[in-house]
Amino acid sequence: MADDAIRCDACPVLCYIKPGRTGACDRYGNREGQLVRLDPHVVLDRALTHGDALVPFLDRSRDWNGDIVSGPEIFVTAIGAGTTYPDYKPAPFIISSEVAGVDMVTVVTEGIFSYCGVKLKIDTDRHLGAEESVVRAQGEPVGHVTTSEYGSQMLSLGGVRHLTGGTKNEGTVTCETLLNLCNGKSVELSVDDGAKVVVQAGKAPIVNGAQEERMRVGCGSATIGMFAKQWHGKIDEVVVVDDHITGVLSQHQAGKMLGIPESGIKVKGRRSTPGRYFQVAEPGTSWGGTNIDDPLTIVSSFNPKFAWPGLRLLMVSTTGEQHAYFELDENLKPVEKELPAVLLESVSRIKENCEPAMCSVLFMGGAGGSLRAGVTENPVKLTRSVRDALTRVTCGGAAVYVWPGGGITLMVDVTRMPENAFGYVPTPALVAPVEFTMPLKDYAALGGYMDRVRSLESVLKANDGRQRVPAHAANPWPLAPAAGSEPRK
Amino acid sequence: MRQPPQIQFLPDGRRLHMNHGPIDLIIEAFGDGAEIQKAYGAGVRRFSTVLEELCSELPQLRREASAINLRCGGSVARRMLAAVLPFSAHTFITPMAAVAGAVAEEILEAMTSAANLSRAYVNDGGDIALHLSLGEHFTAGMVDDSQTQQRRRIAQQFGAARIDFTDAARGIATSGWRGRSFSLGIADAVTVLTPRAAMADAAATIIANAVDLPGDAAIIRVPANEIAPDCDLGAIPVTRDVPRLNSHDKSTALANGSAVARELLHRGLICAAALHLQGETQIIGLTAALKSPRATNLALDRSLTHA
Repeated sequence: MADDAIRCDACPVLCYIKPGRTGACDRYGNREGQLVRLDPHVVLDRALTHGDALVPFLDRSRDWNGDIVSGPEIFVTAIGAGTTYPDYKPAPFIISSEVAGVDMVTVVTEGIFSYCGVKLKIDTDRHLGAEESVVRAQGEPVGHVTTSEYGSQMLSLGGVRHLTGGTKNEGTVTCETLLNLCNGKSVELSVDDGAKVVVQAGKAPIVNGAQEERMRVGCGSATIGMFAKQWHGKIDEVVVVDDHITGVLSQHQAGKMLGIPESGIKVKGRRSTPGRYFQVAEPGTSWGGTNIDDPLTIVSSFNPKFAWPGLRLLMVSTTGEQHAYFELDENLKPVEKELPAVLLESVSRIKENCEPAMCSVLFMGGAGGSLRAGVTENPVKLTRSVRDALTRVTCGGAAVYVWPGGGITLMVDVTRMPENAFGYVPTPALVAPVEFTMPLKDYAALGGYMDRVRSLESVLKANDGRQRVPAHAANPWPLAPAAGSEPRK
Repeated sequence: MRQPPQIQFLPDGRRLHMNHGPIDLIIEAFGDGAEIQKAYGAGVRRFSTVLEELCSELPQLRREASAINLRCGGSVARRMLAAVLPFSAHTFITPMAAVAGAVAEEILEAMTSAANLSRAYVNDGGDIALHLSLGEHFTAGMVDDSQTQQRRRIAQQFGAARIDFTDAARGIATSGWRGRSFSLGIADAVTVLTPRAAMADAAATIIANAVDLPGDAAIIRVPANEIAPDCDLGAIPVTRDVPRLNSHDKSTALANGSAVARELLHRGLICAAALHLQGETQIIGLTAALKSPRATNLALDRSLTHA
């Protein structure tokens, strides 16, 4: 279009929006030819976090408030700040403030990330799907199952291939999925030939309709090791059912050390070392992440040479959520009985030692050329400065992990960021807030836009819809001097 | 990327907030707990498709009312058209002038036909549909936020309206050049009480358009489609800025608006109107229903406060 108006697709009204204007809802607007969300610009306020009485902005009496923490208590985040893309021009806000006698600069911009995604850690032993399986949202491929971690299944979602390399709908659904996860909303995912899982940052996952409660305390073998002493003398045999390594007390090193006699139990699966079995069943969403509902299906027989009528057998999963107690009859067949009270305690202890299952959402993205160019005329210097830890990178005030190697590829826990910190553009791509904080001297040295530096005071004075929110208590204060840092000459 | 309708309770746990694109509703029902649940359920069900229905007819609804075939159209579209037709012989008006009120009316009706409520309101960005049972009343505050910076949301109440079961009014709407929709006039706010919300929306628009000083060059006007290319008003100039006016100009503009308001009153289309311009307020119609806040000690029902 000659007039640079754009079509908003955030709702069915499909407003046609001119540059600098908003649509009928007043929440989406055309900023430099890009459709952006126009929610208020967020600033973090330490006073709100600490629960102190609110102080008026820039009250003169704050010159010295007796507080040992020096430096401004207000940090301007990039949330709602706007972006530089696709023009190579200075970031929307370059703000100076004095911290412990040093002039600091924070460059604040919203980055548009095509190269971005979410690493999802789902605390569950239940089988969600085979490694490399496609993960779908609303039927569209949005990611894949990646290598699992201890007690957790890992999904890798998003990325440029799903966002822009597939069909339009694949890109749209991927963007929506990432946006919802990053903004702390719940999302339903399905794994090809695997489970359906509902995930939300900081909440327990729901696998095939069942809410996960706990992470396993350890693998089956580790569980034997941890609880062998507590079982000693109270039971003749314990099998800890686990999809990874099922443990058998009498054969396990821990049992041998305690002198527990052989029980003659024969367990299915592939024996790894004594008392440790791989692949006792297929992966699934039942006992210990296997597909079995009846634990006896993994016990083939008892050897009459060792077993005896009346032998007491406990079978338990790695989270203690499932358990069954058996005694052998005269034909050495296990008969299920009520769990004796004396064993109940050990089963509950397994449960107690399992941490609450949670979904963790880490946003991961790479800062592209135009974003870095919004900070300095010489983008590679910014990369080096970040690498040398002279420049601190935050996302909405939250600490990030910057990957070693080239570029600025970062990861951040979305639950550390203020609410609704992420937006999107119809490219589709995610919009994430990024702040670069560094000493003013360093900013000048790396070719920063010195003529664009504004004082914190002037930014806060311009009352254009800024919203003050409390800083997250777990985050280091973005303007605090780095630990162990020394004044630089 | 389409955002589906968002529906949630406000932090007070009583009022329901429903949002879809430009539609933003605050709803509260009063009565028996189970009935309230039923009403909210019915309201949510009706809300889920309203925007899609409207958008499917949008090109038609952006046309001049007199040129539209009434027979097709969804129930909200028919409410819109019915509300603007009484004005279409004398002035340019499209059904979009009544969209907010018509949506409020539609959702309220879905709620009241599903449940037995003592009172209920649906507030669509200041266009409000009311339900009252015998002996009940609502009090609505009228606020003026033009004197302060709008962003600070500091508003002054300039009037209050008490609506009893025995009153005819069940709809309240406000229009002015500072609002979300365009106005051809210079009123900061014209608040209207009518028997139905869709009519209130349309009537407030018509009266606010008339509060004007035609030909005054100091008033900044811009063709509507220069601001919003797909606006139903096309190239008609809409008000973007109004200078401080002297008291003579204020009286003239208010008198122009009042003449139109009185005509609508005589035609039985409205119950009352309050016209507000740079600190001056003119009240037309049932003065008993529209009171200055100093003249009454009625508590301001914050949930009904609108600008």
